[in-house]
Amino acid sequence: MIEFQNVTKKYGREYGLNDVTYSLEKGKIYGLLGPNGSGKSTTLKLIAGLVHPTSGQVLVNGKLANRKIANEVAYLTELDMFYQPFKIKDMIDFYATQFQDFRIDRANELLQFMKLDKEKNIKQLSKGNRGRLKLVLALAREASVLLLDEPFSGLDPMVRDSIVKGLLSYIDFDNQIVIIATHEIDEIEPLLDEVLAIQDGKIIGRHNVEELREMEGLSIIEWMKRTFKE
Amino acid sequence: MGEEFQASKPIYMQIVDKINQQIIRGDLLPGNKLPSVREMAIQTGVNPNTIQRTYSELERMEIVETRRGQGTFVTENDNLIKELKVRLQMEIIEGFFNNMKELGFSDEEMLSGLEFYIKGKREKGYD
Repeated sequence: MIEFQNVTKKYGREYGLNDVTYSLEKGKIYGLLGPNGSGKSTTLKLIAGLVHPTSGQVLVNGKLANRKIANEVAYLTELDMFYQPFKIKDMIDFYATQFQDFRIDRANELLQFMKLDKEKNIKQLSKGNRGRLKLVLALAREASVLLLDEPFSGLDPMVRDSIVKGLLSYIDFDNQIVIIATHEIDEIEPLLDEVLAIQDGKIIGRHNVEELREMEGLSIIEWMKRTFKE
Repeated sequence: MGEEFQASKPIYMQIVDKINQQIIRGDLLPGNKLPSVREMAIQTGVNPNTIQRTYSELERMEIVETRRGQGTFVTENDNLIKELKVRLQMEIIEGFFNNMKELGFSDEEMLSGLEFYIKGKREKGYD
């Protein structure tokens, strides 16, 4: 479980997050939706223990989220994080040394699933394959929390499809919490249990995806257009 | 990516409809096993909790039954499948009927219009 308790994060005078309180439970896939600069990445970094709240606290499985929480949280950044001279297999070995819960057999299975060749140099990978490799590294861990920051951005439909299928195949639905931060909701809506809309550092709406359709006959896109009307 | 879903209807119900169609067409036969929840999720690109709801709804309708440890199977009760077929047929006819009424067509015009259409189709050969 993840809990935000009156969390504020300031960068200088700017608010990254502004007095936010909510909790997320395991066994669900959440979409964190909002425009650029709304607080999506700040939220994920707080959960990953990479930045600290200015006030309030973030708890992951009852523990304060700090550097040590990396043992329980797998974080796929939107940035390109690979060490260029490495081969894919070096990257796998490196991850295995960094995270106790990294499963090499699982990583190999995922590489096959994503049709990635272990012997390839990172430098030679296409953007799509780098996106796939990032997901392999995140999913090969048995972490209770999986954070994906813009996993689809700039990737073509084939790659997006393989990422969605990879997620559905390898997520542990009994035990994991998955949070996907994105502004490209369109294709992943059927993947989500709930959506949280974030703007100017505030959660301005939260819904179960199916309830939204049942109660109001709205898809998430339509709901977002209303919610982010300003 | 998976498939497209309409905005106005819950996704789990859209998958219920799709499976019902497959059963009526005979793509899925009585006693056939449905994919596991996870397999179906991967095939459709849909959240497994949603698929679970689809299967629960189909069970509630008694169109499928889940056998412990074995999976989910299409019912072998022919009557239930016939009922389903009639129900879906009625839904389509009702939609057609209401649309035509709204445009002001009489019952006779509706019938002759449908007959005329079917006759034309037959002469051209279906597709």
